[in-house]
Amino acid sequence: MTEIFGIPTQALFGQLLLGLINGSFYALLSLGLAVIFGLLNIINFAHGAQYMMGAFVAYLMLNKLGIGYWWALVIVPLVVGASGVLIERLMLSKLYKLDHLYGLLLTFGLALIIQGLFRNEYGSSGQPYQIPEQLLGGQNLGFMFLPNYRGWIIVASLAVCLATWFVIERTRLGAYLRAATENPQLVQAFGVNVPRMITLTYGFGVALAAFAGVMAAPVYQVSPQMGADLIIVVFAVVVIGGMGSILGAVVTGFSLGLIEGLTKVFYPEASSTVIFIIMAIVLLIRPAGLFGTQK
Amino acid sequence: MTLKRNLLSTVLAAAFGLGATGAQAQISDGVIKIGVLNDMSGLYADLTGPGSVVAAKMAVEDFGAAAKGMKVEIVSADHQNKPDVGSTIARTWYDVDKVDVIVDVPTSSVALAVNQITREKGKAFLNSGAATSDLTGKACSPNTIHWTYDTWMLANGTGSAIVKTGGDSWFFLTADYAFGHALERDTEAVVLKNGGKVLGKVRHPFPGSDFSSFLLQAQASKAKVIGLANAGGDTINSIKQASEFGIVKGGQNLAGLLVFLTDIKALGLNTAQGLIFTTTYYWDRDDASRAFAKRFSAQAPRNNYPTMIHAGVYSSVLHYLKAIEAAKTDDGTKVIAQMKAMPTDDPLFGKSTVRADGRKLHPAYLVEVKKPAESTGPWDLYKIRATIPADQAFRPLNQGECPLVK
Repeated sequence: MTEIFGIPTQALFGQLLLGLINGSFYALLSLGLAVIFGLLNIINFAHGAQYMMGAFVAYLMLNKLGIGYWWALVIVPLVVGASGVLIERLMLSKLYKLDHLYGLLLTFGLALIIQGLFRNEYGSSGQPYQIPEQLLGGQNLGFMFLPNYRGWIIVASLAVCLATWFVIERTRLGAYLRAATENPQLVQAFGVNVPRMITLTYGFGVALAAFAGVMAAPVYQVSPQMGADLIIVVFAVVVIGGMGSILGAVVTGFSLGLIEGLTKVFYPEASSTVIFIIMAIVLLIRPAGLFGTQK
Repeated sequence: MTLKRNLLSTVLAAAFGLGATGAQAQISDGVIKIGVLNDMSGLYADLTGPGSVVAAKMAVEDFGAAAKGMKVEIVSADHQNKPDVGSTIARTWYDVDKVDVIVDVPTSSVALAVNQITREKGKAFLNSGAATSDLTGKACSPNTIHWTYDTWMLANGTGSAIVKTGGDSWFFLTADYAFGHALERDTEAVVLKNGGKVLGKVRHPFPGSDFSSFLLQAQASKAKVIGLANAGGDTINSIKQASEFGIVKGGQNLAGLLVFLTDIKALGLNTAQGLIFTTTYYWDRDDASRAFAKRFSAQAPRNNYPTMIHAGVYSSVLHYLKAIEAAKTDDGTKVIAQMKAMPTDDPLFGKSTVRADGRKLHPAYLVEVKKPAESTGPWDLYKIRATIPADQAFRPLNQGECPLVK
């Protein structure tokens, strides 16, 4: 068997694929963060909590209402996104004139409150959520056993990331959004309702987090701290990609998943820190991030 | 007047010896203050957390502190599984808040730090939550008792049972901190001693969430048994993802080395059935343990049933208060010595003793998780396969390298 640095190539392929799967979550979550930061200039620290809410709403819908995974994939982002709209209207909209820091503190506080409420109600061990029947089992790829559901994660998150990129970069609506980021007053003068657009963008970013939460529910335990564990890494991804860069978020999300996957093979102890090491290096060399532009 | 009273008390003290001036006189500030320090919000919060506060309160009630005129106060804090946070709280409690004893403290790295601080301050530390056998080994202290379980006991109970039934090649998935390392070390020793071999090990960051990469390495090792040297949320996710990757279907077995009742409840019997591990308390073992569980559940968050850590907190606080009553002082070093001198007796662990190295002895139970069809209620989760007597369950006194017993 061929080997690379003492690791059989087959095993390496398996690990790369797993890295890509984890990268899918990073990409989905950092995409939402990038969209929100790009337009609202808000660093949404509640993103992890909103991801967790996505998983919990899916769990509750299944256990209280009998609504399964596939409907949850559609309904949950709408429900959690709507809660995002409320947060934007009632709280965030009051802070746009102030420094970034206030938005960060507000959303951080919200995240702690939301996590605390869920922990109080459901405990920290989490709740089980079954993989939907259609995706049970897996494929033997020769170099690894790939559960069908993990394959689905890559496909679905790539599709959502590409669709989001297309809407923002290639459509008229996206053009308005980008224009409003550059100069809200001018866009408003052309008759576009900028505040409503901002509200809906926040809602959309939150819905992306909730979507990722539903995707994660069958793989991880649905637990109150599932978002808190992930969000710090996702922030590093956004910083590496460049704050507010859509393409940057997606590309860095997937590639850091890969790098992390490789670290888990060669030096597992460092797998939780490797992303931050990369972040430090990128910040030293390109302070605006790999895909960001200096304002 | 003052002089006269001082003189009188000196004479009395001389006459009856220092300890005999009445129980109240030797309790600092007249209050016994118990600090429950554990993970209140993270991955160990269900198996320790607020439940341990409930258990401590029950012990104070059952001791009848109020009726005996003893004032006992319970405080609690969240150490977030971080040794620095835990150390800061412990120091503040001892120095500023006049806490007399710290109980529970899961997460071995935090427990070892609190163990050291307690010794420096001459207070008392009753550990129920942490696993590392070093607390009664090279880190043993005259101020610490390790109550409920330890890595040696888990390895000895689960490891040897599995090797003896044919699981003779192992791969370890280890939480990368003091606890995981100790559990891996102790289990590896048992596996080798029983003629098995260890094919590999991987250390995962703590806490983790995605274990698929490590499980894939375990799968590739072709080991018959994948030993999970982790706990709480990490174990839950490892088992769940192992089932996703078809590891058990592929012929490899999982050995959960430290598994708690709340973990199995969270996994569900479908995923967890057949898992074998060791525990020192199970609520459905006898009438006394059932009665405790019912009372505990009525006060616990989400009406959870007690884990062995909760049972250990109850039992250790009860014995601590009895020792204060007997020794008539709440001085940490003296109370711990008294706790070792007196036999223990409580409804959950029975009659037993605390050894010179600080190890509390009691039987351990090898349990198997029931199949969904065998379970008759939401907490009916285990069947007891074997009982390991107290004198065999824990590491022999002369093998621990504890400086106190040399």
